[in-house]
Formats: sequence, C-alpha cells, structure tokens
Amino acid sequence: MRARVGVVIVLGVVLGAWELFVDLGGADPLILPPPHAVASSLFDDRGLLWSNFLTTALEILLGIGVAATFGLGMAVTLHFFDRTLRPSVYPLLIASQAVPIVLLAPVLVLWLGFGLIDKLVVIAIVSFFAFVVTTLAGLSSVDPDLVKLMRTFDATRGQIFRFVELPAALPGLLTGAKIAVVFAPIAAVLAEQAGSSSGLGFVLQEALGQYLVARMWAAVFILAAFAIGLFALLTVAERRIAPWASRPRGDRP
Amino acid sequence: MPAKGATDPMLQAVSPAGAQDMRAVTVQDVTRTFIARDRTVKALDGMSLAANAGEIVAVVGPSGCGKTTLLELICGLQTPDQGRCEALPAALMPQRDLLLPWRSAIDNAALALRVHGLSAEAARAQAAPYFERVGLAGFEQARPAELSGGMRQRVAFLRSLLAGKPVLALDEPFGALDTMTRQEMQGWLAAVLTSEPRTVVLVTHDVEEAVVLGDRVVVMSARPGRALAEIPVGLARPRRRTDPGVVACRERVLAALGVAT
Repeated sequence: MRARVGVVIVLGVVLGAWELFVDLGGADPLILPPPHAVASSLFDDRGLLWSNFLTTALEILLGIGVAATFGLGMAVTLHFFDRTLRPSVYPLLIASQAVPIVLLAPVLVLWLGFGLIDKLVVIAIVSFFAFVVTTLAGLSSVDPDLVKLMRTFDATRGQIFRFVELPAALPGLLTGAKIAVVFAPIAAVLAEQAGSSSGLGFVLQEALGQYLVARMWAAVFILAAFAIGLFALLTVAERRIAPWASRPRGDRP
Repeated sequence: MPAKGATDPMLQAVSPAGAQDMRAVTVQDVTRTFIARDRTVKALDGMSLAANAGEIVAVVGPSGCGKTTLLELICGLQTPDQGRCEALPAALMPQRDLLLPWRSAIDNAALALRVHGLSAEAARAQAAPYFERVGLAGFEQARPAELSGGMRQRVAFLRSLLAGKPVLALDEPFGALDTMTRQEMQGWLAAVLTSEPRTVVLVTHDVEEAVVLGDRVVVMSARPGRALAEIPVGLARPRRRTDPGVVACRERVLAALGVAT
C-alpha cells in the first residue's frame, strides 16, 4: 500500500514538474509537449494507437518467445558441452550483442522481407542473450555435492539435468525474461522503423515526420507501460512458480 | 578405566548375528593424490578400513584429513591411485542437506526412487510410510524452507536411505546442527538404523558422536590421511553420552587422536 502511494507521488511530481517546465517556457511545446497534450493525444488517437499497439505487442511477445526458446536451447547446449563449446561459442555470442542493431535491422528487413519474421528475428537477437546468460548461470549454480549425491543414486547425466539442473535454472530463465521485456520494445521499434506499415514504431516514425510530437510521446508512453506491465507479470509469475528463488535461502548452515 | 568397564553391565559385546561373515566395505592401503593448480595434494596415504555388513564404522580425524575423499572412494565417485577399494553399492549423504527447494519433503525423500524409474505417485507411496517412522509425519508436503535444520537433515537421510543401497556413506551428517539438535539426531539415527539396518561409514568431527553411534571407531591422521588406530566400541545400545563406557571409550579415541584430556 505504501509502495503504491509512493508510485503515485513520484509520478505526480515528475509529471507536474514536466508540465510546469513546458508551461513556463522552459521548452518549445513543438519539441517537448506538456503531459496534458500527450494525455489528450492518448485519448484522441486511441483507435490508431490501440491497433498499432496490438501489432507491436504481438511482435514483442512472439519475439521474446523465440528468444527464450533459442536462449534456453543455447544455454543447455553450452552447459552440456562446458569444456568444448562454451569457451569457443560464448565469445561469439558476446560479439553478436556488440553488433549495432540499428545497422542490422534494415539489412535483416531487406533479407527476410517486410513482415512479421524480420521483426521477430531483430527482437530475438536483442533479447536472447539475456536468456543465455541467466539460464547458463542457473544451470551451473548446482552444488557439485548434489551432483555427487545423484550419481550415488545411479542417476544418468540426463536425469541429473531433469531433476536438478533444469529446475535450478528456472529462476534464471525468469530473470532473463525480465531483462528481455525491457529491451524487446526498443528492438521492436527499431525493426518497425526499418520497414513496416504498422506498429508503434511505424506510428513513431510517421508522427515524427508530421511534427505530431504529442502522438509520438503517447506511443512511447504505451511502450513503457507495456514493458512495466510485462515486468510486473513476470515478478508475480516468479513468486508463483519459483518461490524459493525470491526468498532468502534457508538451506545453508 | 578399561578394567572397571569390563565389569560394567552396560558393556556387553555387541555382535550382530552373522554380520561378521560378510564384508561390505574394504579399503586397503589406498593412496589418493589431487593435482591442484600448481601443487599436488596427497589426501590419503596408505589408508585402510573395513566394514562388515550391518556394521557402523565411525571415522574421526582432524579437519582436511581426507575423510570426504574416503567416502567418495567408497561411493565409487573416485578411484584410488594405489591400493584397493571395494564396496557394495553405497549412497552418499553429504554434510549439507542439499534438499531441492522446489520439491516437497516427500518428493525430496523419494528422489532416488524417481531416478530408479518410479512414477511420482509410486515414489511418494513408497516413501510415505517412512515419514511416520522417522518422526516427520505431517510434514510430507512441507517445502525444505519450512522445515527446521534437524527436520531437513532427517529428510536428507531418508533420501539416501531410500536409495536402497546396502551401504550408507554419511559425511558429517549433523555437523551443521546446533548441539541440542545434534544430540537429538544422534539418538534418532541410532533408532532408525536399528529398524533399518545398513552398513554405515560415518565420518564425523565429533568424537562423542562416533562413540555413541559406532560399532568401531577408526582414528585418522592429519593429511595425508591414514588409519592411526581402530577402537572397538562394543557397548550395548542405546548409549548415552554420560554412560561410563562411552566416556571411557571417548577418552581412548581422544588419546589416539593425540588430544590431551
């Protein structure tokens, strides 16, 4: 309850300061619109914003799904081939994250066409690294003594993975998802700007061209709210399906 | 002291019927060396130990004397560089409980049964009767985080017991518990092993624990570890730490360890 009151106060102060700043002539409203203009754009353009939001939301969710699948697969592969693949492939993955996605997005659009697939690929490239790193950390976090115990129970490598390592990696996977939902909207906008006729990235591009700055900020607001919503959803999911991870560990002497 | 002990009615030689005939664990002149970064560490050097079926052999020694290495050799997790190590299939119980936090107590206890191919329901059904026997009735569905240290250790012991191996290798099973809980757990373990006999190799820091629980106490040297002495306990059960026989035996073990008392 206290946290919610805090959110309202902080939001009120930030928006109030922003409104005052623009109203008192601190910034040209054509460059930085006051919050009330953004709010009225949110209302006036609701049809346009909503339909384009649906496009972007679908891209983000599917893109994160693709990233989670590939990230988990990659983490498991690197974990199983810890000695051979991990030292050679990991640097390549890091390098892939250093490639500026702003440059890569138009190339991918040219290559993969002007549809959903190219968006998913861009979002997945940006998001999947978070899944690999966090899941791999979870897989490797298993106590070596636990593995020894399992071996005295005649557990195979696959059974150790299934009963011990994979569940231990679940909190990591969820952490990866929390990071991914914050970066995926950026990737979605970049991909849409590189070539598309719908989505909030497209709306942003169009609004910028027509000096509809309030509409631009309205689109940004929706993206931010969506990211916050997904993050909150994942926090709840984490508490539900991996409650042991968010609780202080009580199993250490 | 020993002369007085011999007339004590508490001191009857304990010899489980027929147990002497069958050897469950044989460790003979075993040497084991590890290569750590830039130097070699000799964990065991000429270590010998034997346990007959149904026997509880307690191993005491200073920290880092290779006790854990000894248990891993017995469990087949390591092989000796030299010497002979033969043991019937053994299940390990590590010092820390290492329960899986996402599994309930009963699902943790039944872990080995799941590994052996039983369905979740069948494994639970097989583990359930043991909860009553080990004093955990009503806690089947509790998560490890909801259990006390002593209870977690009981679940961990049950997990190793239910692996169905003839030998149990216990690595300081109560080392992480407070004194009161530890004493309670020692009585508990003695009782459980009476109803579920196993060959046990019990590694411990606690000399009293070794004497209260063991049929024999093997005293190890500092690293590289080898057996310095083997002291038969031969006291009737249940034993209390204040029994004169236990006290006398404890003094002998401490003397063998080179601790002045």
